[in-house]
Amino acid sequence: MENTVNNNMIDTLITSNNVRTPLIVEDAILTFKDVCVSYAPGKNAIESVNAAVEKGKITAIMGPSGCGKSTLLRAVNRMHELYDYIKVTGEILLNDQDVLKMNAMEVRRNAGMVFQRPNPFPNMSIFDNVLAGYSLNGIKLPKAEREALVEQSLRNVVLWDEVKDLLNKKGSFLSGGQQQRLCIARAIALKPEVLLMDEPTSALDPIATNHIEELLLTLKKEFSIVIVTHNMSQAARISDNSMFMYMGELIEYDRTNTMFTNPACQKTEEYLTGRFG
Amino acid sequence: MKDLLFKKALFTASLLLLLIGAGMVYTLFDGALPAFDAFGFFKFIGSTAWDPHPDREAYGALPFIVGTLFTAFLALLIAIPFALPVALFTGVYYRGTKAAHIIGAIVDLLAGIPSIVYGLWGFYTLRPWIIESGFSTGGFGIFTSAVVLAIMIIPYASSLSAEFLSMVPNDLKEGAYSLGATRLDMIQQVVFPFAGSGIFASFILALGRALGETMAVTMLIGNTNNLPLSLTATGNTMASVIANQFGEADGLKLSALIAIAFLLFILTALINLAGKFIIKRFNQ
Repeated sequence: MENTVNNNMIDTLITSNNVRTPLIVEDAILTFKDVCVSYAPGKNAIESVNAAVEKGKITAIMGPSGCGKSTLLRAVNRMHELYDYIKVTGEILLNDQDVLKMNAMEVRRNAGMVFQRPNPFPNMSIFDNVLAGYSLNGIKLPKAEREALVEQSLRNVVLWDEVKDLLNKKGSFLSGGQQQRLCIARAIALKPEVLLMDEPTSALDPIATNHIEELLLTLKKEFSIVIVTHNMSQAARISDNSMFMYMGELIEYDRTNTMFTNPACQKTEEYLTGRFG
Repeated sequence: MKDLLFKKALFTASLLLLLIGAGMVYTLFDGALPAFDAFGFFKFIGSTAWDPHPDREAYGALPFIVGTLFTAFLALLIAIPFALPVALFTGVYYRGTKAAHIIGAIVDLLAGIPSIVYGLWGFYTLRPWIIESGFSTGGFGIFTSAVVLAIMIIPYASSLSAEFLSMVPNDLKEGAYSLGATRLDMIQQVVFPFAGSGIFASFILALGRALGETMAVTMLIGNTNNLPLSLTATGNTMASVIANQFGEADGLKLSALIAIAFLLFILTALINLAGKFIIKRFNQ
């Protein structure tokens, strides 16, 4: 089944030096080609990453602190552009379109992001938070559509029953886990093609973490998910494919099952067995 | 033991400050009493009389209250379109850059210039411009004072606003950007609502300064006892009438001036209180 990949992608993966076991995916939503990110001239924080992210699946990016996993994720929706000392080179294809050449606002609408710490907008009600993506883009929806969208998004993140009578209240009294689900609802309300999650459970307690993990497993039916995590067991529990990064390089990229049972690189094995990181 | 001593010292210091404040209010009120007795508290506030002739001596504070509020609010109105962009420039758009530091420092420098210097500038530079433009014949009056006041309060409003703007968490800004917002949308819908009450507070502070500013206004407002009802009208503010007439006042006139000082005290306290109240409502 993995033979039907297009030639272009095989080329990329073969020329890559970094990925020792290049995972070839049939249906790629996101493709990294020679992606480098630097925070200071002449020094790359990420060195030439090549990989294709599978559509409709959860892809985990693992690695020790400072390995560049968040940096890689934030390159996708061009968050690095907010800081003018960060430079991104290479190609990042979202459905065969290079996001680095697209309009940044459009890219960000198509690639929703969930952050480490829940960041609902404190001045907006729960209802307005879900629709923030629309109001921030100046899109006005008819009332019925707004209500349907809010309900659907909140149902998708299993928050609807808890907040349906409080929609006009501000979200600040919600628990951390509820706030993070609200942020996921805000991201998916825009119907993005891919959901980028930057350690979305690192600020949450185990129960809330569990809720979010279950949620991701249902959300992957509609959205492709890339999740950065330094929690190996989380990656093992929920992801289909896993990337292992170390010192800014993509060391290994494989099916999660394969990587956890039979890692190809020694570094990966050392990390997974807890010898460093 | 040491802890107890420290606590007592703190308590004494705060109590002392409170007593000084109370003492000031008391002496002001005591000095103002003859005027309030002679004309009645509310009649004094509502009257436009100002006649020091011994046979028909009569004083009222209305022209000066109006002059104070008129110049201060006009100054605030003029200051906002300058203070807010400067705050956005240094606090959001160019935050942390060299340009922001330089501009921030220059604006802060404006706050340190003594008001007599502003008064001289207003007298010798602004006033001739206003005469030349044909806006008013004498060049003195409400508008001239308000322009100089506006320049004086811009640094207060803008540097504090910039502080509040730069306190908006990066989390929220990135959250807005990640949803595809442009910088303008982000500022309008995330930064301003978050920093809104702080920005409001900084403008209240600026207004407070404009209400009490004395020297520059005294030099520019024209020092008449008219009820100022137009931009070109001359008049006096509460502070300027006191500064201008205190030297040769005695008896009932002196008491009337102290009464005006008492009212100015109340007015600034009320505006500060109203500001605090509105900020509280904002934050709910």
